[in-house]
Formats: sequence, structure tokens, C-alpha cells
Amino acid sequence: MSQTALLSIKGITKAYPGVVANSDVSFDILPGEVHALLGENGAGKSTLVKMIYGLVRPDSGTMEMNGTPYTPTEPRAARASGVAMVFQHFSLFEALNVAENISLGMENPPAQRDLARQIREVSEAYGLPLDPDRLVGDLSAGERQRVEIIRCLLQDPKLLVMDEPTSVLTPQEVEILFHTLRKLSSEGTSILYISHKLEEIRALCDEATILRLGKVVGKCTPRDTSAAEMAEMMVGKSLASPARVNADMGEVVLKVAGLSVEPATPFGTPLRHVGIELHAGEVLGIGGVAGNGQDELLAALSGEVTTAPGTVVLNRVPIGDTGPNDRRALGLLCAPEERLGHAAAPDMSLIENALLTARQRKGLDRSGFVDWRATRAYAEEVIQAFDVRTPGPDNAARALSGGNLQKFVIGREILQDPKVLVVNQPTWGVDASAAAAIRQAILDLAGQGAGVIVISQDLDELLEVADNFCALNEGRLSNLRATKGLTMETIGLMLGGAHDMHDLDEEALHADA
Amino acid sequence: MGIDPVTVIAALIVASTPILLAAIGEMVVEKTGVLNLGVEGMMVTGAVMGFVTTVETGSPTLGFVAGMASGMALSLIFGLLTQLLLSNQVATGLALTLFGLGLSALLGVGYPGATLPPVADPFPAAMADIPVLGPILFGHSLVTYLSVVLVAAVWFVLGFTRTGLIIRAVGENHDAAHALGYKVIRIRLMAIMFGGACAGLGGAFLSIVRVQNWVDGMTAGAGWIALALVVFASWKPWRVLLGAYLFGGITALQLRLQAAGISIPVEILSMSPYVITILVLVIMSSDRSRAALNAPAALGKVFHATG
Repeated sequence: MSQTALLSIKGITKAYPGVVANSDVSFDILPGEVHALLGENGAGKSTLVKMIYGLVRPDSGTMEMNGTPYTPTEPRAARASGVAMVFQHFSLFEALNVAENISLGMENPPAQRDLARQIREVSEAYGLPLDPDRLVGDLSAGERQRVEIIRCLLQDPKLLVMDEPTSVLTPQEVEILFHTLRKLSSEGTSILYISHKLEEIRALCDEATILRLGKVVGKCTPRDTSAAEMAEMMVGKSLASPARVNADMGEVVLKVAGLSVEPATPFGTPLRHVGIELHAGEVLGIGGVAGNGQDELLAALSGEVTTAPGTVVLNRVPIGDTGPNDRRALGLLCAPEERLGHAAAPDMSLIENALLTARQRKGLDRSGFVDWRATRAYAEEVIQAFDVRTPGPDNAARALSGGNLQKFVIGREILQDPKVLVVNQPTWGVDASAAAAIRQAILDLAGQGAGVIVISQDLDELLEVADNFCALNEGRLSNLRATKGLTMETIGLMLGGAHDMHDLDEEALHADA
Repeated sequence: MGIDPVTVIAALIVASTPILLAAIGEMVVEKTGVLNLGVEGMMVTGAVMGFVTTVETGSPTLGFVAGMASGMALSLIFGLLTQLLLSNQVATGLALTLFGLGLSALLGVGYPGATLPPVADPFPAAMADIPVLGPILFGHSLVTYLSVVLVAAVWFVLGFTRTGLIIRAVGENHDAAHALGYKVIRIRLMAIMFGGACAGLGGAFLSIVRVQNWVDGMTAGAGWIALALVVFASWKPWRVLLGAYLFGGITALQLRLQAAGISIPVEILSMSPYVITILVLVIMSSDRSRAALNAPAALGKVFHATG
């Protein structure tokens, strides 16, 4: 520790009404170091980063940059001090082009023409191909991240902050990103890498600081620490992986054939000839990078978008042209990705939210009048069965944390005893213990003979719960593969849309042998 | 038929100026993602303040300034309510229109019929006497020329400058703009005030130059046409100009058609701007491709800075 720290954080505390986001957090980032900030959702990582970037001011504590006090009051000041940040949810403007987006994040942007040239130079130097004239709305998630990274690199940062950068990338894109980050680090740029993915941190980072509930609970050198040890520090207890109940697959419950859907928005993805056969008791995992048609697929299955009758068939009944209520009545239930605003109405109570999807199957109304007593009982049943932490069912959906609301939303569908359940990103932004509970519930449901489709970008999750796997790429669904024996590499190629999967099969077999 | 195309064109330019001014101002406001439905209220307030000030001081220039200032003041109320107190933009805008109509009626008591000093023309009378081109190009008040210059300026600023890029960025995604450190609320307040000044100037032009009188509620829906125009123009400055002249042309033509005894019902012509706007909206929303892209994505959404 003879080197002076680039950024030294000393005793930072930040409280919001009702919650202490950071409590006496201290750590140092050395020049050229890749420093991991590890913690669950809600551990206070994002708040800490916002303070480093000048978006939030700490209540107490100090930061020092190269030994001098560092107190950014706004992002501009942080950028001037050499701190650049790649956001978790990209801070990009879809209707503007790449160069305009990059220019907006710079202090003294050059003229557009010079900027376009600089973008090309930097993107080549770091192996991140990008065309400055393209509209950001047309780019894939990986390309959008490149826009953010290049925006940072053009400012020659001393510290690059990356907030959950790999959550939207394919395994191959992750490799490219890591290559870029290692190159940057070797050139002396420090990187603060925020993640809850342990293997990534072990592969990339030199040092790690682990946060739990706003406090630093440990520091380690990731290369010398096992993932299990880090996980235990992060979560505070060891987690049981969900247990699969091996049910035999029954007959086909849901058959989708030749499903093609035009997108509802200019930046949506069209679905192209999607075909699915889902058996009773099967968990089908659909992987894919965000924006490859997941939302459109869910909408077509839930009935929000209707198609020709024969394209979606549930237990031999063609339902392609029916709406969500008719499909619910027949036993096809869905839980969309966006919790607030799609799966649940944010300002309505949990009771009202329970009514919204469970009315028919649970008989919560009588001749047009709501049976509030039964509805409340159902909401309480969901809260009880899925361990939703809330003061009571009268609370607004908005007041629940992400994980608790997700448990409620999934539980609300599962307790309706669906024949087929479709969930999109069931554990996105959910802490590890809630995620484990949700995955277990999905497996239990399948064990009882329902068919479940899990659409997710979290490949580990799919490998954990799914019997079969297919990838969604630009609105096309790949061939089905048994999850057992799938390698990350094969999955990556499937996600990337490699078409000739048979050769890969061969290779995979040889590799196994 | 007795309709002289030259006088119609000259008249349509005059008739279009108020809605052009109001619309180009509102377009900038909407580009920052704010929907101010109070254009009618700001225009009518600008009209009465412009008229009263001109009558009292004898100076049309002061009248125009007063019109702008009053429109700006009214828009600032809207801005403070929607941006700082996070009130609903649609409801606040509608309330602003009702407030402006009432306020203007109160302020204008006793003024209808008052005589105005003449507004000086920027070009010598000899130029306006040139056949055909003269009345069309040189016969107008300075404000009319200013309105066209304003369209060009807005087009240039939005499309080619950093300020314009920031304005578009704020209207596209206010959270991202905030994350990058741009002052979303300040930028929006300034745009709202610009829009208010434009609407007020449009109103003042209506009472001082076009009608040369004050009548209660004299804007008669011009503010609503201006709002429709922004959508009709799909948020593009030159299309705002085109649309304003089209709508203004219908108004100018309608009066002359009536005078000439043509038997098209007046009601059909009067409603045509709105019908066209509805058609454009339908076409735009049915076409899911690039055409719809010009709409600022954050239009009308409440921005709440969360750390």
C-alpha cells in the first residue's frame, strides 16, 4: 500500500427518510486498479456511486482524490476531476444519433465532424466498433453500452465507474468488454466495477469491497477468494439452490406456431415465425439479450397483442385471437417484466392489484360487483404464501421493494393454479434470497404439472430452473436444446443468432468426450 | 369570382402571424418535453395587455413588449406549478387558458373601441405599391417579419447548436439528461417562458395590427389551432410555418368566399384546420415508423429528480 490512492472514501454516510443507504463506508481505489463493489440490490452500491459522481451529496464523511478533498456538487464537477460513469440503465437518447449522444456527455465537445472522427478512432483502438451516425434507438444493448463507454473514454478519465455493466450483454460481449477494461487498467485508468455477479468479479477485479445493508462487511482479493465465500459475505447467509422436483413431462399444453408480430413502437422488435411446444410439467427457458423480442413475445402470449387464432393453441383450443381475460379463463397466466405499471398498478393497493388478474379464476366478483372480502383474503393468501414483506394488503404496490412486489406479482399468478405460466425476467432487480424463493416457486408449479415459460436475460437463472432452453435473437426463436449439458459458449452462440446449431452440437459432444 | 389572389396571400400572411408565433413558441416548449395547453390563455392576455398598453402609451412597440411580458408572466405561473410543484400539465394548461380568458376580460373593461395609433411599416410605402410582390412581401408589420426570422432561428438552434441538442435531449429522456448533469427544470422553465412570450406577442399582434381593437375572447381558438399546428407539423419548424400559412389561408379565404357569395358553408371551412389536424394525428399514430419519432418522447411526463 505504498501507492497513494486515486480515490479514497472515508466514512461516508447517507440516509434517506426511513432507510440508511450508506453507513460509514470507507475504501480506497488505487491507480490502475479494477476495484469491485459487490453487494445485493439495495445494499447501497448505487447511492455510493451517485455520490462519487456528484448526483447525491453525502450526509457525512469525506472523499479524497489524489490526496486532495473531492466534493463534487454535480456530475460536471465529477467529470472535470476525471471521473466518468457508465450507467446501469443507459442514460442515452434513442431519437438522437451516436455522436449527438456522446457530445451531450462531454464538457467541451468538438464540432460534430471532429467528434465523429474521434469516435471512430477510439472505437477502433479499444475494439468497440461503432458508427457515429446511427440512431441509438436502432442499436443493440451491447452497442448502446459501447456508446456510453466511448463517451467516457473520450474524456480521458482517471476513474471509470461501471454500474452492473454486464447485465444486458451476451457472454461474448462480456469478453469484449473485459478485454477493453483490462486494456484500460493496464494504461493506468482505475475502474470501479459494480456487480453482484461473482464469477465476473473473480475474472476481472483486483480488489473487492463488499457492501451489505449500507455497510462495508468485508474486503477481499477476488482471485484468491471463492465465489461461495464472497456470496456468503454479500448475502450474510448461505443460500440453498432451488431443488428441482423431477416431474415427468406430460402432453403438449401450449403450442405456438408461425407467430409473427409487428412491434408496437418504432424501436420494438418484430417476432418472426416463432414456434414453441410446451409440455405439462416443463420449464422452458427463453434466453436473449434485452430488446430481441422478449416484450413482444410476452404480449403475444398474454393476449395483449392478438394474432391469427391458430398461432397460439392452449390445450387444443386456438386462442391467438382472444384477449388476456379469455386466456386467463382457460388457464394461461402471465407476469410481465415491468413490475410497476405493467404487472402491477403502482398506486393501487395490493388488494386491488390482486383483483386485477385474479378476478375470474378466483371468482372475486358477483354480477359485476367486487367481492372485497374475498379479494382481501386472496391478497393476504398471496402475501402469506410468498412471504411478501409488507405492513398489509392495503399498501400501495409502489411502496413495496422490488423483490417483495415481484414475489407478490408472481405469487398472485401461481396461486391461481395456472395451466401455463409465462414470466418475463422473474428475478430482475430482486435480491438473492427473494430470487431463490421465486425460482423455487416456479419449479414447484412445474412439479404440479403446469407448463412454465421463463423469459430471462439471466443465463444462470435459466440454467438453474429450465428443462429446455432456446434463445431469442432479433425476434427469431432458436431450436430447442435440453438445458442439461449446455455450455455457456454454446448459449452465447445461440444468443448471438448462430444459425447452424448442428455443428455446434457436434463440437459440444466432442468437447464433453 | 371576385377574389384577388394577391390580397388573399397578403391577408393570409397577416392572419397567420399570431398562430405562427404562438405555435413556434409552443413547439420549443414541447421539444423540451412540456405540454402547455394554456396557449389560448397566454395569447388572449397578450392581446389585451398589448392593446391597453398601446392605447395608454401611444406606442405599439411598448404594446408588443407588454404583450410578450404578460404572456411570459402567465407561462411562468404554469412553469412554477408544473415544474416545481409537479402539478399535472394538462390540467394546469387548461386552467391557464380559462384564467387567461377571465383575466383578459377583466383587464380589458372599457377598452373595446378605443382608437390605436397606427403601426409604422418597416418598408417605405413605395415598395408596398410594387404590383403583386409589394403587398405580399413589403406590406407587413415588423412583427410579421420577426415571426419568420424566429422560425429560421428556432430551426437553426434546434438542429445545429449545442443548446438545441440539449433542448432535444431533455425532451427525449429527462432522466438521462439529469443523470448527465443537465438542469432539466431550469431548461424547461426557460423554454416555457419563451413559449409564453411568443404566445403573448402573437396575441398582441392580433389586437394591435390585425383587428386593431379589443374584444373579449378575441383570440377565438387561435391558441388551440397553434397547439394543433405543432402536432400537424410533427415538431418541425418549417412545417409549422407551412401549416400556419395553410390554416391562416383557410381563414383568410373563408372571409372572402363568404363575401363573394360562394356557397360553401362557413362552418366547414372553419372546422377544416381541426379536421386536418385530427387526420394528421391519425396518420401519425397509425404509422409506427420514423414519422412518429419527432414527437419528444418525454412529452407531458412529470420529471421528478430522485438524487
